Amino acid sequence: MILAILVFNNHGKPRLPEEIQQQIVRETFHLVLKRDDNICNFLESGSLIGGSDYKLIYRHYATLYFVFCVDSSESELGILDLIQVFVETLDKCFENVCELDLIFHMDKVHFILQEVVMGGMVLETNMNEIVAQMEAQNRLEKSEGGLSAAPARAVSAVKNINLPEIPRNINIGDLNIKVPNLSQFV
Amino acid sequence: MALKMVKGSIDRMFDKNLQDLVRGIRNHKEDEAKYISQCIDEIKQELRQDSLAVKANAVCKLTYLQMLGYDISWAAFNIIEVMSASKFTFKRVGYLAASQCFHEGTDVIMLTTNQIRKDLSSPSQYDTGVALTGLSCFVTPDLARDLANDIMTLMSHTKPYIRKKAVLIMYKVFLKYPESLRPAFPRLKEKLEDPDPGVQSAAVNVICELARRNPKNYLSLAPLFFKLMTSSTNNWVLIKIIKLFGALTPLEPRLGKKLIEPLTNLIHSTSAMSLLYECVNTVIAVLISLSSGMPNHSASIQLCVQKLRILIEDSDQNLKYLGLLAMSKILRTHPKSVQAHKDLVLQCLDDKDESIRLRALDLLYGMVSKKNLMEIVKQLLQHVDKAEGTAYRDELLTKIIAICSQGNYQHVTNFQWYISILVELTRLEGTRHGHLIAAQMLDVAIRVKAIRAFAVAQMAALLDSAPLLASGARRNGICEVLYAAAWICGEFSEHLQEPQQTLAAMLRPRVSALPGHIQAVYVQNALKLYTAVLQRQEQAAPDPQDAPPDADADADAADAPGAAQEAAQLLLERLPQFVQSADLEVQERASCVLQLVRQAQKLQARGVPVAAELSALFAGELNPVAPKAQKKVPVPEGLDLDAWINEPPSDSEAEDERPRAMFQEDEPRHARPKAQEADDEELARRREARRQEQANNPFYIKSCPSPQKLYQDAPGVDHIPVVCIDLSVPLRVPGLPASEQYVKLEEERRHRQRAEKGGRKHRKKDKAGRGGRRGGSLPDSDEDIAPAQRVDIVTEEMPERHRPVAPPKSPKKEAAAPKERKSKKPKKEKGRGRDRDRDRKAQALDLWLCSTPPAEPAESTALGTPSLDTEVPTAPQQPSEPCPDEGDREPEAHKKPHKRKKQRQEKERSGRDKKSRKKRAEDGPPLGTGALEEAEEEPLPPMSSYALLAENDFVRMTYEVRGSLQGGSQVTVSLVLENLSSHVLKSLELGVLDSLNARLARPPGASAHDGVPVPFQLPPGVSNEAQFVFSIQSVLTAQKLKGTLSFIAKNDEGSTHEKLDFKLAFTCSSYLVTTPCYSDAFAKLLESGDLTGSCVKVDGITMTFRNVLAKICFHHRFSVVERVGSCASMYSRSIQGHHVCLLVKQAEQSVSVDVKCADATLLGSLLDELRATLSAC
Repeated sequence: MILAILVFNNHGKPRLPEEIQQQIVRETFHLVLKRDDNICNFLESGSLIGGSDYKLIYRHYATLYFVFCVDSSESELGILDLIQVFVETLDKCFENVCELDLIFHMDKVHFILQEVVMGGMVLETNMNEIVAQMEAQNRLEKSEGGLSAAPARAVSAVKNINLPEIPRNINIGDLNIKVPNLSQFV
Repeated sequence: MALKMVKGSIDRMFDKNLQDLVRGIRNHKEDEAKYISQCIDEIKQELRQDSLAVKANAVCKLTYLQMLGYDISWAAFNIIEVMSASKFTFKRVGYLAASQCFHEGTDVIMLTTNQIRKDLSSPSQYDTGVALTGLSCFVTPDLARDLANDIMTLMSHTKPYIRKKAVLIMYKVFLKYPESLRPAFPRLKEKLEDPDPGVQSAAVNVICELARRNPKNYLSLAPLFFKLMTSSTNNWVLIKIIKLFGALTPLEPRLGKKLIEPLTNLIHSTSAMSLLYECVNTVIAVLISLSSGMPNHSASIQLCVQKLRILIEDSDQNLKYLGLLAMSKILRTHPKSVQAHKDLVLQCLDDKDESIRLRALDLLYGMVSKKNLMEIVKQLLQHVDKAEGTAYRDELLTKIIAICSQGNYQHVTNFQWYISILVELTRLEGTRHGHLIAAQMLDVAIRVKAIRAFAVAQMAALLDSAPLLASGARRNGICEVLYAAAWICGEFSEHLQEPQQTLAAMLRPRVSALPGHIQAVYVQNALKLYTAVLQRQEQAAPDPQDAPPDADADADAADAPGAAQEAAQLLLERLPQFVQSADLEVQERASCVLQLVRQAQKLQARGVPVAAELSALFAGELNPVAPKAQKKVPVPEGLDLDAWINEPPSDSEAEDERPRAMFQEDEPRHARPKAQEADDEELARRREARRQEQANNPFYIKSCPSPQKLYQDAPGVDHIPVVCIDLSVPLRVPGLPASEQYVKLEEERRHRQRAEKGGRKHRKKDKAGRGGRRGGSLPDSDEDIAPAQRVDIVTEEMPERHRPVAPPKSPKKEAAAPKERKSKKPKKEKGRGRDRDRDRKAQALDLWLCSTPPAEPAESTALGTPSLDTEVPTAPQQPSEPCPDEGDREPEAHKKPHKRKKQRQEKERSGRDKKSRKKRAEDGPPLGTGALEEAEEEPLPPMSSYALLAENDFVRMTYEVRGSLQGGSQVTVSLVLENLSSHVLKSLELGVLDSLNARLARPPGASAHDGVPVPFQLPPGVSNEAQFVFSIQSVLTAQKLKGTLSFIAKNDEGSTHEKLDFKLAFTCSSYLVTTPCYSDAFAKLLESGDLTGSCVKVDGITMTFRNVLAKICFHHRFSVVERVGSCASMYSRSIQGHHVCLLVKQAEQSVSVDVKCADATLLGSLLDELRATLSAC
């Protein structure tokens, strides 16, 4: 079983330490961050996530960490491959994915992830199949006019032009993106 | 209407979408919280509007906020509204939000049932897909029950996209609604052969997960999986299947034999590292389960090890890590084949990655030999110096000790070296393993006779430098080594060069800062040293008739006649300090020793020689006895140990038959016979009598190097030679030693040995061939290196089970065969039908399995139709066949007498058990404190410190946690296990997941994930208590440890492997130890100003004040210091020495408690616990 999937950037500062979810992100982040890039990608998981049976398997891409928390029924190297598949799929869907894509299109990231993993189990590992399904769904969405109708988008564009802070958007800063809670934590 | 539409879309122009929200949050770094609360207000507005598009947009933003940690459960109803939208775009957003924030407690979830059902049967495959994905995250038992049929239909959907999702979600449905498994399983099985690879992989996934929970029930699918494994090309599916086989092989060894060949083929053919690794892993599992009997499995092992070597040599750290991990699995069963790759493991020790170093350390255990031990340890010591984190350093330390002490020190050739290593390790800062080092020092000094002189010199030096160790070391426990040092110096004081000096070192005023149990040893051994001084002086004196016969006459003549007087004076001066100690043990021993010394001085003043009498106090040789030594004694002919000598009296007490481990840390004193007031003659007479008795007593065992053989040859004890190895050990090494010198010395020694041997070899021509093959590089095998000193190995069984856990209070030996069943229920017709069905399946599997390997005695494994372990209603029948005659039921005739005997023992034992249980019940709950002694008539309410830990159909666990000042930072968990079932429970094993803070003490050599075996079995209806020691790092906060009790429940029908999960709670109170305190010391403590204070008040307490106090004393381990009217002061101490003071006051109907404590965190935790206790009053 895959128990959780976390995605965060190099800074990974959790915003509000309210929930256990935030704590887990913080703990995982600290575990992962202190590791160099040239050491192995497996971690016996911390006390919060609970249990020697669970392992953290992660990959570090430029500014982003992709962390999978899995139990012993998953193959370690298999999960590393799966992360690769997931990231490559993101790359195809967003066309050269970067951190900002994930920040602004959190919902799309979720939808793609839902085609790869479902209920803690691997649904599909064939990238072409995943991309084909995503495209079909996007077409369907487009035919329905999308979530935000065209006028609204135009207005927000106009609004943006008037804003003086636009350059600050480029600042990646300490943004963190998380895709947790795939299935409830134990 | 039209106007409204227009107005709606104009409103929407000013709505933020998700991207705007994200951008806004990024632009408001400084006042993010304010901005977000503003956004949430806007979202609430939007949700109030009619337009679904607006709502969907709002829900989408909420999902983002949920990710940031904001609570959005208030919008649950709106989410459902969006889920029910007809447009796919909105529906998808709605289901996403639901999957993120719905959980079993969400009450509106029951409103979704019909909506989801509608979506599942929607003509659009994506509507169905989205619903399935969402459902997989928030399925509840109710939803599972209501929708199981719909999902089952979808498993045969025309679109593979839906089929695979439906198959996957079935696993979640089974978990929530186990009854659905039986009807759905045939269809699930069909999907294993689905034409679409995705669906196939999903089905494999689900069945693998199911099988992991209850592997037995899925054995019948093995042929099908086997076919898949040999035909499939999808690596992902292959990995899953191979992992599944790894879980199945322990249950069915024949399966393993069949697997070896295809797995080996895969290993040879595959290029995917992940697949290769899993194949190797499963082959290892197979080989472990076979363990022996396979003729050609050494080839498979070689293959595995070779492939792992490739992994380890790879530059990819991941492969390296996994390779080492798998290697350690092989090491357990086939150490020889791993040893060949020693170079590789040593190389990994230098890796920059700590995870890899730790894995390599695990392996190192099996790598050492006599030849390379010193080298490896030297390397490890270098690592110790370099290591930054204490955790890694401690790990290294334990590994060094484990490596050196393994197999009765079989690899240690030079014990001087080992002692020096131990002494060197004491200089480590901040290690928690002082007690480990101390135990090793004691063990070596006692068992290696030749080393004692050297050890004593080292220990004396250690005691001299004690202030260095003790300063600031109180917390980290390195001072434990002083315990060993003092004991060794005292016990073997005859080897001491300058006892006076050591005596002075042991009586320094600063000693009183050490923990109590160490002070106690100091005091006791000070007397031994005094005796030694006295003895030397009297021997040196001209009067020869007083000298004891076994004297070492070469005592230093420089001992001035006044030395003893000086020593006595020193003792008389310094001991009063110990008499005032707060520790009872120290106090008692100090006053005892003080009086003895006074008497001795008095007698001496009159010119009466007292040395002999004093030394008689400590006379007697200590011999280690193995726990199972008794078994080595052959039973004399004609003696039936099981026959009654007398019929047992009705009220015979259960006797503690278990021989104690002699050298547990706090016990060596008890083993010492104490002769009081015995004059020489009497003593000699007694000694002679004892010697006689020992000679005639076949059960008395003296130590000897290879006992097994000797016991077989000669039943008499006199024939056993006690080998003492005389070695030219330098008696004195100036200063603390450096272990490196030994590496050099050892090399020289070996060189000499080799040279000798070489000479011999020349003479023996027949060996020349083998010698020639080795060439000029000189023989290297381990056997060629003779140890410099030898350990007294008492029996071969010593290393096998050397538990740190205290033996249970009422120990029963290993429980025998299961008791016969008393209940005689008639067999049910239905049950028989199912049995037949099961037999048929089992036969089918047998047939498949037996096709290649020769037939074995058929062990019919129960193969029901698969069922989840949680399943209740259709669970297999309870075993209840009638058993008319136990003799008839036993298939093998030759087993009968044995069995009967065991049954008799069993009966007797269970009788005893009942008694002991009753006794425990009568004893009533133990009272936690002795401080409440005032006689008040009101009865105390019954209190029990045993709390329920976990319970299932088989076993109930209750537990109690107690700290002890003796064991450093350790607490003892007493676990009472009660067998509730009619099964015999055996192989009980307690596995606890260590946290950073608490760690279960495991037998040496066990890894942190191993369980600790419970030292007994449980026949039906019996309860027993086991104790486990945990070492605690910080006592400041309460914590919970997760753990599992695994056991085998066995009855006549067979046995099942069961598990029971529990959470072990350590409250802060359980770290406290009841410690008495005088009121003046208490006052001083309060005045010192070191303590921070806080207060708690609880109203509505009707209990009398006395009972309140008793409750606090009992539950929180306090003792009452003083009580005046309705006001009392109380005191306790944590195992790490934090003082805690309470002032309890009772007003009408309320109790207020002022708590003062040295540490604020501990204070807070204690306050909470006190409040909870008081509220319950």
